[in-house]
Amino acid sequence: MIRFDYTRAATVADALAAARQPGAAFLAAGTNLVDLMKGGVTNPERVIDITRLPGLSGIEATPDGGLRIGALVRNSDVADDPHVAKTYPMVAEALLAGASAQLRNAATVGGNLMQRTRCQYFTDAVSPCNKRQPGSGCAATGHATRIHAVQGWSEHCIATNPSDFCVPLAALDASVEIEGQGGTRSVKLTGFHLLPGDHPERETVLEPGELITALTLPSEAAQFASHARYLKVRDRTSYAFAVVSAAAAMTLDGDRIGQARLAFGGLALKPWRVSEAEAALSGKAPSPEAYAEAARIALDGAKPTGEANAFKIELARRVAVRALTQAAAGTPAHIPALPASPFGIV
Amino acid sequence: MTIPIRLTLNGKPHAIDLDDPRVTLLDLLRERLGLTGAKKGCDRGQCGACTVLVDGRRINSCLQLAASLDGAEVLTIEGLSEGDALHPVQAAFIAHDGFQCGFCTPGQIMSAVGLIREGRAGTDPERIREGMSGNLCRCGAYAGILEAVQDASGRMEHREDAA
Repeated sequence: MIRFDYTRAATVADALAAARQPGAAFLAAGTNLVDLMKGGVTNPERVIDITRLPGLSGIEATPDGGLRIGALVRNSDVADDPHVAKTYPMVAEALLAGASAQLRNAATVGGNLMQRTRCQYFTDAVSPCNKRQPGSGCAATGHATRIHAVQGWSEHCIATNPSDFCVPLAALDASVEIEGQGGTRSVKLTGFHLLPGDHPERETVLEPGELITALTLPSEAAQFASHARYLKVRDRTSYAFAVVSAAAAMTLDGDRIGQARLAFGGLALKPWRVSEAEAALSGKAPSPEAYAEAARIALDGAKPTGEANAFKIELARRVAVRALTQAAAGTPAHIPALPASPFGIV
Repeated sequence: MTIPIRLTLNGKPHAIDLDDPRVTLLDLLRERLGLTGAKKGCDRGQCGACTVLVDGRRINSCLQLAASLDGAEVLTIEGLSEGDALHPVQAAFIAHDGFQCGFCTPGQIMSAVGLIREGRAGTDPERIREGMSGNLCRCGAYAGILEAVQDASGRMEHREDAA
């Protein structure tokens, strides 16, 4: 780890002022940042400790019936919040399917949104990587790309976003509250992460020095409470990133689907929500045929980066069908012993 | 420039001047405070050998910068027993052979204490395995670890019911 200057910010204004200096990075729990600093993947000159900022650690109802989760709330505290578990069950299930209990106890909401890709050519700190060193090339392309993208990638970067949490959040139309020198702004989570295009070094819409202060869920997100699931397929049952995951939710209107939501993890450099597949489900009877059709539409245009990850396209279709089937069957009364696992008993 | 921090460590207050912001809680414990119970396995948050409780919650001490923990309450394996009386989780690890080489054991025990406090697992083997997945044991003593956590969890729940 390269030596850095450490500053503890007492107020959001202090943090924003300190972040204007070049080479600055915000530190919350550090579960991803400190790991990357140890590996020399990122080398900030200034670390601004934001853990003491007031007003960022609460979960509260918003006046319009939604929910506001402060950026510093720990992942485990979001998952264990009774209102979150009851009203947005797939958010709690996705959180509990991620990382280990130790990491969830530390990692924050804002940090989860900001976590970096687990592409091994990015994290090894030495391979050519356009994300780490713009213009250096992409060592992943043509090599070991089993975990890499099948949607939204470019010739410059084929990495995926590793977050579980962001997948149901995208499906539920969550927004990110951002504080900067110019004041507060709000961005839809589906527009927060950037696809790689020609500039994979730009990962989110955050401008230098801007800070995530909260995450908000709109009131409409609550209508999916009784039919919502997160399903995660990974190389081992616990403590592994998704190969492919899906958040599926619906409302039922008699014997028909009212609204549906469908988003994927592990497919792209952002949570991959497909509104065309959602629209195709609306008005249909919940059935294997309807789910298969939605899954087909959802993977329309998917393209592997090579032979190694071609399997993810069919896998994603099957994960979508399974997640939709589970959502239609109803949210379980309790989060299963193995959250989001295809081997879970529910 | 030093960074002054205060910690309550195993119940005792400590005032520490950090001469380097890079020091993690794990390095502070092991290299500067002589508490070598928490182990440095991977040093990257993957193995759980460094697990301690901070403000009552289990975390990976290798990923926490000590500078950011000013005011925190830290419990390590050294602070778990009351005098010579082992903590129920420690006793259960011995009774059920929950280790072989012992390197991961302090982390396993602190993680189990955290898991039982979280109240999520009870004595359900599937929930305990899931809840302990952040602690690797390269000797493969998982069967004994599971039995130990089940036993201790049952006893502690019973004790709390009685109290």
